Amino acid sequence: MKMEMQMENKGNGRAPVSQKPHKIELPLHPEYIGGSVKVQINEKEIIVPLGTTILEACKKNNIHIPTLCHHDDLCIAGVCRVCVVEIENMRTLQASCAFPITAPIKIKTATPMVRKARKNIIDLLISEHYGECYSCFRNNNCELQSLAKEYGVDHYNFGHVQKPRFKIDNSSYSVVRDMDKCILCKRCVRTCIDLQEVGVLEAIGRGDSTHIGTFFDKQLSDVICINCGQCINRCPTGALRANDPRDEIWRAIDDPKKHVVIQTAPSPRAAIGEEFGLEAGHSMTGELNTALRRIGFDKVFDTNFTADLTIMEEGTELILRLYNALVKSENLNKIPQFTSCSPGWVKYLEHFYPQYIDNLSSAKSPQQMFGTLIKTFYAQEENINPADIVTIAVMPCSAKKFECNRPEMVDSGFKDVDFGLTTRELAQMIKETGIFLPELPKSGFDEPFGEASGAGLIFGATGGVMEAALRTVVELVTGKKVENLFENANITPVRGFEGIRYVELPIEEVGDVPEMYKKYFSNWNWLKGATLKVAVAHGTANAKKVMENIKAGGIFSECHFIEFMGCPGGCIGGGGQPIPTNAEIRAKRAEAIYKEEEGLPIRKSHENPHIAYIYENFLTDGPCGHKSHELLHTKYIKRGEYIA
Amino acid sequence: MLVFEKTSLAKEIEQLIEKYGNSRSSLLSILQEIQANHRYISDYAQQEIARHLCIQPVEVYSVISFYAFLNSEPKGRNIVRICKTISCDMKNKMSIVKAVERELGIKIGETTSDNKFTIEYTNCLGLCDEGPAMAINERVFTRLTPQTAVENLHKVVG
Amino acid sequence: MKKPKVRNGKILFSEYTLGEGVRKALTLSREDILFEIKDSKLKGRGGAGFPVSTKWMLGAAAIAERKYIICNADEGEPGTFKDRVLLVEYPELVFEGMVIAGYAIGAKFGILYLRGEYEYIRKSLQDFLELMRKENLLGKNILGKEGFDFDIKIHLGSSAYVCGEETALIESLEGHRGEARNRPPYPVNTGFRGMPTSVNNVETLSCVPHIILNGGNWFKNFGTEKSTGTKLFSISGDCEKPDVYEWEWGITIAEMLEKVGAKNTKAVQIGGASGICIPKSQFNRKIAYEDIPTGGSIIIFDKNRDMLKILKNFMEFFVEESCGQCTPCRIGNTKLLEGVKMIENEKYTFAYLDKLKDLGKTMQIASKCGLGQSSPNSFISILENFKDEIFYHENGDANGK
Repeated sequence: MKMEMQMENKGNGRAPVSQKPHKIELPLHPEYIGGSVKVQINEKEIIVPLGTTILEACKKNNIHIPTLCHHDDLCIAGVCRVCVVEIENMRTLQASCAFPITAPIKIKTATPMVRKARKNIIDLLISEHYGECYSCFRNNNCELQSLAKEYGVDHYNFGHVQKPRFKIDNSSYSVVRDMDKCILCKRCVRTCIDLQEVGVLEAIGRGDSTHIGTFFDKQLSDVICINCGQCINRCPTGALRANDPRDEIWRAIDDPKKHVVIQTAPSPRAAIGEEFGLEAGHSMTGELNTALRRIGFDKVFDTNFTADLTIMEEGTELILRLYNALVKSENLNKIPQFTSCSPGWVKYLEHFYPQYIDNLSSAKSPQQMFGTLIKTFYAQEENINPADIVTIAVMPCSAKKFECNRPEMVDSGFKDVDFGLTTRELAQMIKETGIFLPELPKSGFDEPFGEASGAGLIFGATGGVMEAALRTVVELVTGKKVENLFENANITPVRGFEGIRYVELPIEEVGDVPEMYKKYFSNWNWLKGATLKVAVAHGTANAKKVMENIKAGGIFSECHFIEFMGCPGGCIGGGGQPIPTNAEIRAKRAEAIYKEEEGLPIRKSHENPHIAYIYENFLTDGPCGHKSHELLHTKYIKRGEYIA
Repeated sequence: MLVFEKTSLAKEIEQLIEKYGNSRSSLLSILQEIQANHRYISDYAQQEIARHLCIQPVEVYSVISFYAFLNSEPKGRNIVRICKTISCDMKNKMSIVKAVERELGIKIGETTSDNKFTIEYTNCLGLCDEGPAMAINERVFTRLTPQTAVENLHKVVG
Repeated sequence: MKKPKVRNGKILFSEYTLGEGVRKALTLSREDILFEIKDSKLKGRGGAGFPVSTKWMLGAAAIAERKYIICNADEGEPGTFKDRVLLVEYPELVFEGMVIAGYAIGAKFGILYLRGEYEYIRKSLQDFLELMRKENLLGKNILGKEGFDFDIKIHLGSSAYVCGEETALIESLEGHRGEARNRPPYPVNTGFRGMPTSVNNVETLSCVPHIILNGGNWFKNFGTEKSTGTKLFSISGDCEKPDVYEWEWGITIAEMLEKVGAKNTKAVQIGGASGICIPKSQFNRKIAYEDIPTGGSIIIFDKNRDMLKILKNFMEFFVEESCGQCTPCRIGNTKLLEGVKMIENEKYTFAYLDKLKDLGKTMQIASKCGLGQSSPNSFISILENFKDEIFYHENGDANGK
């Protein structure tokens, strides 16, 4: 009764053939003849499937080979030459990340020749790397630094560059580029062109004047960068970083006149433990609240509250759009409805598919809704002058820094959210005050927004927004409990990490119309027997596939609601999350979120009593009413396809 | 760029796409033709080509910046390229360079104010037995003396 | 066709009529052709010296919907101009070689990658291809052979020396930057557009019609045991008769110098900027795979030349022409050039130069493609063979050390 379809997430669409994972015709079973090869690595005999690269074979057998340009998420490059190994009967050293094993060869990973070659290469990289470690934000978390330590580099063998060659590009609100620290590993290029299919960065020039640049070497704010920050997560050095507002935040905290309020999102809470040495997958919600108060924030709020509010607004908007399309046959072009809480995705659509702007939900993202509420509702209730309130949002996202600076985000009369802070930067602030996060006692959030449902919490993982919306919409329309349709209210068909997921939900029975919708319709009969078609896509490469399918009139053009996330993995893989990142880490973070959510007492947005309170006392016109539209909804603008 | 220049350039690119096809492997041929006609490939042209080939403009810009004969910045109508590799160097290319610089009043890398000439160095032209050699646009001139080099400049324009 | 210049040579510069090679080849089977090439022990003439028969047999064995023959006419090596002579004066040899190659491995498409500096030859080559199509040496059912179609397109480069490397050439054809690929997979398995591709030098393909006409065994009569046949040498520099000559492999440097009228020679650069520099004391060495192999570029320096300036010219060439993707070549060449400048300004230490020589050895084994692997050759050989002149400022001509 439920149809599911899942498509592969191949981020290697644009890579040249020799850099894609090698595809060799394998017989059905690797143990059959021709399926595996026996190779000798460091005098140890190992059997591997045909076509495995030497690096993969070594990883599986706990043999260490250092790498620099290799990344699990990205296609093969083979440009740094750090991972070279010696193969018997071959004069030159081969890059182990790129060499597929197709014959029984003898490999040695640590001969004197290899060691000397690696040392020379690291010396070369350091000789051109301008910038001191102690004033770099990647100090202690830098791959070049670790490699230099591993190979015992303690002086400049080939001299050292004395003057910077490039100017720092900090024109963008989100991503700052310092090309003097770049080691030309091309990870950012492969991320932007192959993984995200946006295409802002590429290698420019030839020979020693090669550098990574944009179209005509313009600054980032002038090109179509969507601020997703995936390049920052994958850069091995400090060449790419997020725009850091810590100094201004410290100033606000130290200013006694300012009332500094902070909202935290679920994804940073699931990942911030990694910055303190914990393994991925420990959610630190309670500990983080304690830490934030000790640092000096006046109030700590839970973004999940406005996530619930977003569900109410967006869910109502969806129902109204369906009503207009199915019953009144107007505004048919507004279906399918796209989620709008991912600012990277929103900017992507504004650049590449501006003709579909009407499909975007006009509801703001939870962060922005909160900013507006704080400077209106909260300021009123607590009798504080909104001009003295400073709102800060802790997000896993680098694009949120751009979002809070969008000129239309001033519905409260002031800048709704003053600063966007990433997980990494918050961890840095906590460390500066000498606090060790994992050992703190837990505490709760502040009123009046304290309670949030589990539906708001799962926003962090891909499929979370969809699941939260479905829990509410299904219950309000069918009148039945979600637990009757999906075990434990976990709508598993929309979960997972496949690039694009498609689910059909038939609505067989309908219930009564809830009180807040009675002014719009008297019954749900117009939905009886309909099938709700929804889809989930994460990463802009998959978003592109879905949009092209919609343009061509394919299966997704008949969907009603599609969740798009700009970053692979959803927000837990966002551009502000701890470095490094890979598929395993993202899966663990998502697991932490789902586990934390299952233990909560309230798991659906419409059951949250504080949401009811807001609608009764402040947003008295109800969801999508006049006041909601003023404060909680926004507009989008068409942007150029090539230049910003 | 003026509007009519843009529309004629767009039309030219459309014709080139028809001639060479709209897959990525026709990129170099298209860029070479535009370079031959206009002596440089403007940012508008790069965006148009990117649109037709379904790639991003930065990828077109990256390819242009890699090859020495393709430029993104405007150059003179006649690009004079003097070989600086060893065989021509041994046959006294510096005197040729100085003669050309003197005659045109500019240094290597610059363009004359009337946009007629740009002088550049280039690497081995494959005329090592007939050095020193220089190329003006696609034509090559060999066994140069300072006198004949300057005569060739006028020959091309005249 | 009347040739502009009369040249003497035993194989390539000998008598040949248009169409002879293809006609004879089509009477043989594909396996016969592969056998003849194997028998002849023909090696690539571009400088790498890879056995042609191995390449073609792998290409023939590959199963794919399309295969390509690419003729590498991107000769950018300083001092090389033999391919220009072949393309201008003997295009029939080159193109027929491509047709025979296509027949042998089962390809229908041929591409001539012509370097951008040779744009002035393109028209005459296109006219020649038209002539060949009229004679049914190209097109469908060539010379009546049912099912054998082959045609050639000319593709121009845009001045990048690194595109002479076969995988960088294929990348350039595909519309990317000319950056070398990871090998394996090799182009004979995964080449242009992922299809089996055989990339051969102009001179290699020109030898093929002669081998087919006279047999692989005949070819082995020339040259030496390991280097069969003849080689085209592009001689330039300080000599009376700089030109392209065809001589058998195994000729000594001294013999060569005499034939071209070189006097008071101090050094000979064999193999262009990526080759080695031979001092006078070693002029009795042979040019062959047994001793010094080469792509044919010979540059002659007499006693008045400053070896350090020559080295600087070579290193500047490499710094500019490196594609810039892999670390050892991009930064390594810059460091080597810095080292040369340090010697020029007398601000060096022998300890640092030893470090640079070590770096050169690393570049030779760790670089991604042939450019980085061979650019330290001239650095190491000139500093080694001419150290008296460079470091001790002794006049290098009397003892030739």
